[in-house]
Amino acid sequence: MREHIVSRNIYFTIFIALVVLTVATWSVAKMDLGRMNAVVALTIAVIKATLVVLYFMHVRYSSKLTWVFVGAGFFWLAIMVALTLSDYMTRGWLNIAQ
Amino acid sequence: MRNRRSQRRLSNRVFMEIAEKVIPPRTHYLNATYGVKSWLLTTDHKRIALLYLASVTFFFFLGGLFAVGIRLELLTPKGDFVQAETYNRMFTMHGVVMIFFFLIPAIPAVLGNFLVPLMIGAKDLAFPRINLLSWYIYTLGAAFTVVAIILGGVDTGWTFYTPYSSTYSNGNVVLTGVGAFITGFSSILTGLNFIVTIHTMRAPGLTWFRLPLFIWSHYATSLIMILGTPVIAVTLLLLALERIVHIGIFDPALGGDPVLFQHLFWFYSHPAVYIMVLPAMGVISELVANMTRKNIFGYKFVAFASLAIAVFGFLVWGHHLFVSTQSVYAGMMFSILSYAVAVPSAVKVFNWTATLYKGSISYNTPMLYAFGFIGFFIIGGMTGLFLAALGVDVHVHDTYFVVAHFHYIMVGGTIMGYLGGMHYWWPKITGRMYPEAWARFAALVIFVGFNLTFFPQFLLGYMGMPRRYYAYPEEFQVLNVMSSAGASILGIGYLIPMIYFIWSMRYGPHASANPWGAFGLEWRTSSPPPTLNFEKTPVVTWEAYEFTPRDEMVVVSVRDLLDETLRPRPVGSE
Amino acid sequence: MADTHTTTHAGLAHHFDDMEQQREAGTLGMWAFLVTEVMFFGGLFLAYILYRARAPVEFAVASNSLNVTMGFINTLVLICSSLTMALAVYFSQTGKRNLIVVFLLLTMGLGLTFLVIKGFEYHEKYVEHHIPVRFATYEFNWEGHASGHEAASIPVDDGKVEMFFWLYFAMTGVHALHMIIGLGILATLVLMARRGRFTPDYHSPVELSGLYWHFVDIVWIFLFPLLYLVGAHLH
Repeated sequence: MREHIVSRNIYFTIFIALVVLTVATWSVAKMDLGRMNAVVALTIAVIKATLVVLYFMHVRYSSKLTWVFVGAGFFWLAIMVALTLSDYMTRGWLNIAQ
Repeated sequence: MRNRRSQRRLSNRVFMEIAEKVIPPRTHYLNATYGVKSWLLTTDHKRIALLYLASVTFFFFLGGLFAVGIRLELLTPKGDFVQAETYNRMFTMHGVVMIFFFLIPAIPAVLGNFLVPLMIGAKDLAFPRINLLSWYIYTLGAAFTVVAIILGGVDTGWTFYTPYSSTYSNGNVVLTGVGAFITGFSSILTGLNFIVTIHTMRAPGLTWFRLPLFIWSHYATSLIMILGTPVIAVTLLLLALERIVHIGIFDPALGGDPVLFQHLFWFYSHPAVYIMVLPAMGVISELVANMTRKNIFGYKFVAFASLAIAVFGFLVWGHHLFVSTQSVYAGMMFSILSYAVAVPSAVKVFNWTATLYKGSISYNTPMLYAFGFIGFFIIGGMTGLFLAALGVDVHVHDTYFVVAHFHYIMVGGTIMGYLGGMHYWWPKITGRMYPEAWARFAALVIFVGFNLTFFPQFLLGYMGMPRRYYAYPEEFQVLNVMSSAGASILGIGYLIPMIYFIWSMRYGPHASANPWGAFGLEWRTSSPPPTLNFEKTPVVTWEAYEFTPRDEMVVVSVRDLLDETLRPRPVGSE
Repeated sequence: MADTHTTTHAGLAHHFDDMEQQREAGTLGMWAFLVTEVMFFGGLFLAYILYRARAPVEFAVASNSLNVTMGFINTLVLICSSLTMALAVYFSQTGKRNLIVVFLLLTMGLGLTFLVIKGFEYHEKYVEHHIPVRFATYEFNWEGHASGHEAASIPVDDGKVEMFFWLYFAMTGVHALHMIIGLGILATLVLMARRGRFTPDYHSPVELSGLYWHFVDIVWIFLFPLLYLVGAHLH
């Protein structure tokens, strides 16, 4: 598989997008949206990370195997967080004699 | 000088007895270069495997020494051999040394490092220098731990539970933790090397489903090494910071959460037990296939079962936290998932057993170890299911039932697999055959010793004897004495192979390229192999374990003996 | 099987068949390593999630006392450094030796800037007694701070506030350590590039180091909102 060379235009575009999103996340954080603050902030962070992974790290143009590796990494992190939280969030759900 | 007497006793293979003279290759990886530097700066995966062999053997006996201390104390109901704190340090260091410095690296870093490139027809692993680095990292981590032992060791149990380990225990926790932290990177680098090698360096024609099951097992093991080990690393880092800074991240008195430590610790440490057993399962697949001269029954199921064990193994860690104040809902979920993870293991056991049916079975030492593994793994695995049941676990958690369970898997499973593999591949690694009679005798001693040591512990645990206690009620003494007696026998059993393996390196008969008539690329090169493994990169045109009928083998083999090589021929060729 | 013009390429290691295989192996190897880094940082993020869920108010108040401007500037600095790194990789792919060096040096400069700003931040925290340690000569003390009126009037549990700072230093500290290692790697690349080691056929070290650098940037992309913006709505 010959190497795909990403054009500089794409790099600059992504760069601008990242800057814009950073400014956005800061601006939104200054508003009080209650619980949505965390949701918005994390959503923007995920979008920024995705742009870096796909374009700066060339994953968009990489083999399926690379996609599997990247996906596996984040999926495993999700397993660790989700299953641990499944403990903390369900404590006290069952009203057995405690 | 050929030792004719030992050659006659070698094995029950007809053609081995016909061959009076095996001429070893002139140059191979052992004699290609000489000198300490050529070994300490080698990038040859086979030499690195031997470096690891020396290290893990040393730590096996060190861990065994601590076990001797434990079993001596437990001969009597009172705590009279050592003080309580000393006893705590003995079982802690026994666990730490055995797990981190023997069980986790043993099969992957010795047999895996040696065989993975050979089995896939490659000249070396993908990153040979990183391979050497991994051994140095292992040694550095080991050095820290040895220093910690010399300074008195740690008394927290190998599980380092907080807040005892973070706040109250003695000062060697950080040192031991650093040792384990560093050694973890050795594991990560080995796994990384295997994954990349298996993906990118298979010989032409070697598709995934033509791979030996040993490779599938090591691939699955490497997944666990990559995904799990970093978590224990960060956990030990947090523990060390906690000890130094006392922020209270794990200390309830300071608003911290000790169960968080347990979650983080077991997220790695449960999959770690699969790091210990999956490679052994890979060895067993090789032994069963080659010693019955049949393809493994349900090859694809066994291959996928390896992956399933690796993946599911990450979803069950909460079964170590059933009585820790973990929520009952989470407990139920982890319990169900723990039952699920037993399924692929059972699939493997059924398939190995089914392979035996109508197989041409050789009852030599490697096969004996394979039988031992299958039997003991069944017991260990089934008792794991007892523990996975929430209600039962409440009663047997932290008792000798648990101790017996995991020793059946780790000693009855992993160590049997390790010894079976060492005997099977010994001729390939050293170019010499071990003495078969002594080997079978040693296997028998080990089986007897092992069962005598650990079966009574199931009974003890069921009756309520807690683990990690140095004193116990009078009525438990008989079983404890049996267990200690068994341990002595087991110890002798382990010493015997040490002696004859070393003996064989000088006096053992030379082995041909394929003394077992086995299937696999590693048997298509000389014993020992040349440094770059193959004269010419093999091109694979056959399926896995594609044995030919035995009588055809004999005809071919007589002709082949003249060439001093034994090549299994694919059906339909020539 | 082997590329005809690269059968004896100087950069081909003896155990690989051709440059293509070597490149593929290197890329997969680096990604496998980055997966381990995801899990390593993941443990810290898990601890953060749990303690923030337990003490949302304390986390907001404590976060509010951080220098958000410095954090914001640092985020932009790292994004710029990712751009310069990507361009360094681009020029290594197109064989522009001098530009490789220029952009690697720019990346290093930006990385260094990040660390200097971080140093100023840590110093600020030191002066305000927000470093969560207890030694004879220095102790954590929350009482004396209020960056804005709203934050000052909220009653908090000092222990939980301290936990935020502990996580702040642990997470940014481990991140900074990775940055320092990254600078070391970049310095090595600069030396190699100056000697003309990289060509369009062989420039894997630059590419793979780029992957590492971008990963460290991604960690910061998550650290910024999670550490600095929790209490930004408090004034």
